[in-house]
Amino acid sequence: MLRELKFAIAATVASFVLVGPMAAQDGTPQQGGTLNVVIQPEPPGLMVGLIQNGPTQMVAGDIYESLLRYDANLQPTGQLAESWEISEDGKTYTFKLRKGVVFHDGKPFTSADVKFSMDKFLRESHSRMRTYMQHVESIETPDDHTVVFNLKQPFGPFIGIFEPGTAPMIPKHIYEGTDFANNPANNTPIGTGPFKFDEWVKGSYIHLVKNPDYYMEGKPHVDEVYYHVIPDAASRAVAYETGKVDVLPGGSIENFDVPRIRDMENTCITDKGWEYFGPLSWLWINLNNKPLDDVKVRQAMMHALDREFAKDALWNGLGKVATGPLSSSTRFYSDSTPDISYDPEKAKKLLSESSYNGETIRLLGLPYGETWQRWAEAVKQNLTEIGIKVEIVPSDVAGWNQKVSDRDFDLAFTYLYQYGDPALGVSRTYMSTNAKVGSPWNNVANYQNPEVDKMFDEAALMASPDDRAAAYKTIQDQIVSDVPNLWLLELGFPTIYRCNIKNPVNTAFGVNDGFRDVWIEKAK
Amino acid sequence: MKDFWTRFRFNRGAVIGLVILAVVIATAIAAPFIFPTSPWKMVQRPFLPPLTQNGLPLGTDALGRDVLAGLAHGAYVSLLVGLVSTVVALAIGVPVGALAGYFVGRVDDALMRFTEFFQTIPSFALAIVLLAIFQPSLTFVIIAIAIVSWPPVARLVRGEVLSLRTREFVEAATLQGLGNAQIILRHILPNALPPIIVLASLMVAQAILLESSLSFLGLGDPNIMSWGYMIGAARTVIRTAWWLSFLPGMAILLTVLALNLIGEGLNDALNPRLTRKSE
Repeated sequence: MLRELKFAIAATVASFVLVGPMAAQDGTPQQGGTLNVVIQPEPPGLMVGLIQNGPTQMVAGDIYESLLRYDANLQPTGQLAESWEISEDGKTYTFKLRKGVVFHDGKPFTSADVKFSMDKFLRESHSRMRTYMQHVESIETPDDHTVVFNLKQPFGPFIGIFEPGTAPMIPKHIYEGTDFANNPANNTPIGTGPFKFDEWVKGSYIHLVKNPDYYMEGKPHVDEVYYHVIPDAASRAVAYETGKVDVLPGGSIENFDVPRIRDMENTCITDKGWEYFGPLSWLWINLNNKPLDDVKVRQAMMHALDREFAKDALWNGLGKVATGPLSSSTRFYSDSTPDISYDPEKAKKLLSESSYNGETIRLLGLPYGETWQRWAEAVKQNLTEIGIKVEIVPSDVAGWNQKVSDRDFDLAFTYLYQYGDPALGVSRTYMSTNAKVGSPWNNVANYQNPEVDKMFDEAALMASPDDRAAAYKTIQDQIVSDVPNLWLLELGFPTIYRCNIKNPVNTAFGVNDGFRDVWIEKAK
Repeated sequence: MKDFWTRFRFNRGAVIGLVILAVVIATAIAAPFIFPTSPWKMVQRPFLPPLTQNGLPLGTDALGRDVLAGLAHGAYVSLLVGLVSTVVALAIGVPVGALAGYFVGRVDDALMRFTEFFQTIPSFALAIVLLAIFQPSLTFVIIAIAIVSWPPVARLVRGEVLSLRTREFVEAATLQGLGNAQIILRHILPNALPPIIVLASLMVAQAILLESSLSFLGLGDPNIMSWGYMIGAARTVIRTAWWLSFLPGMAILLTVLALNLIGEGLNDALNPRLTRKSE
């Protein structure tokens, strides 16, 4: 007994002694360890040049890289490009590539791969990139480590597209001359990233291992990454509690579970890492339907929504109340747009002046789980309280897509990414040229304002950032006073992780940007 | 009638069931008067535990809605669904069973094969499929429940009619020259009524359970506050706010239990010749 006690005391003392210096060198990365991450839902594939949904981008961010990386303020930093230059007229972009970079199969990465990826592969298979690449006249490769993009006209957002989900660097030697979509190599993705693909057990996990030939000295720090496929949100929360996984990326567990998990020991939470995506939620208003074509009705609805309450009750206080069509992390965001805050009295007054006449408004909820269901109920209640009759229309994912594509709704929940620049992720929602029925992601509300169309077109092509800022300020003021959508929240998706995992989120892309800099502090 | 009541009262469980059901019915009727505002109204901060705030004895749910108001309005929905869907199921099942039992032969074969077609599919799965096809609204929830719960009625009625049609009073009626319709409606069905009533009381309970299960899965009418919805909405927070699932769960349990007890009491009262083993 006594001996045991002595031992216990000795062990305690020893651990104190050990803790001291360990804590002091908190900032020095330690090597080794396994990272267990939740992936939700299971991606359809990992070849990010072909598939760009969320889970694919998350895993692919470890395997593929692009020329640049972006910090939380969306400022570019080097990745595969060492340095870059934009000409005075905004039409020539010159990238100097890093030397000594090899693909996972050992073949060197050169400017030819950049040209192939941008000009051939992505133009053919990546719809968003195809639009961006319309501005590119030609791509030159004067030597193995220099790439020059010649643009037809200045295109401000161009510097913002070099991230792995948009412009991944794809090995030319594997894909050239093949049918990209059916190339068997899609099952064993090869990139230049810090981790290599090892194994994918469908329905269970995706296993990546450290790339020993990675060009950055000492990186990556961890030996392997497991992405666990766990189909049910409650099971994902349990998987974290039992220690099966250590990182829960944004959206993996129900918001109602967040406080419980957050309060666990050794657990950190951050809503950073979404600056580039800038997920903004809103209610589409079907402007084709009466009485929603009346701006007074729309303004009344806007002032009726208690979004602060939704943020606190449904999103655990994470995120921000939206002030207009731009997310505050998106470039050229203006915080001085017309006021749209919660004011039921003003809402009632506006409604009484409007053409609303007791019609029932159909509200289409987003079928993404509890939070969204509750949110639809809260919105319905908010609108009911100023005297608007609302009926919630339930739906599954396929039904939601169908109804929104067919414009078969009055109000519909949605949220979309902004990709850091209004010309990339905002104009698509408000341009009349993008209002064709048949897609749930375009100008679904059918907002038609020739003035706004013209300004969006011009602002995208201005060379000077100051001119762009001024143009987008006018655009935002105009759109907010027209209220074509009811803006809700800049969603705060929390990334939850054990505190001894360092650096899981350190760019504008969060966990989607790969675990290049992550290291695990060993238990003391 | 007096005999009936005496015999019913003899089963103490049945009386307790009746009392509980009376309370539930009274709550359902009184709900709009006691809680005139919508049960969806967000009245206080979310997740208030029971007995912590005056005026909100059962606390609030995830959106700060009054749980007691929800339970009261839910009682109305549950009873409505239970009763209406049972009536609809009887309206399908009784004629099918009566025709099959009375005419036997090919009519019987055809109707019973049709009934079995429904019986081979698990009723809950069928209800889910029906609601996935239709828009989940209260009307369709009731229709779906009725569609999956009539086959037992049809089989019971058929069995009763089969045994009654060979009795002397039916033969006498036939000799009097009465038509088939009159014989079935006036002479056979009234005599088959007792077991149907007992079954119906159990079907109401079954329907309430079905509605709750469907709402729990999110297949109920999203515009209506029902007990199943309340449990379904609270299941994700069961570890932090257990009362949100527990209270409506108790409401369902008590109501269904009450209906089952009443069913047994009715059975005793209506079939005095059947002595129950427990007595």
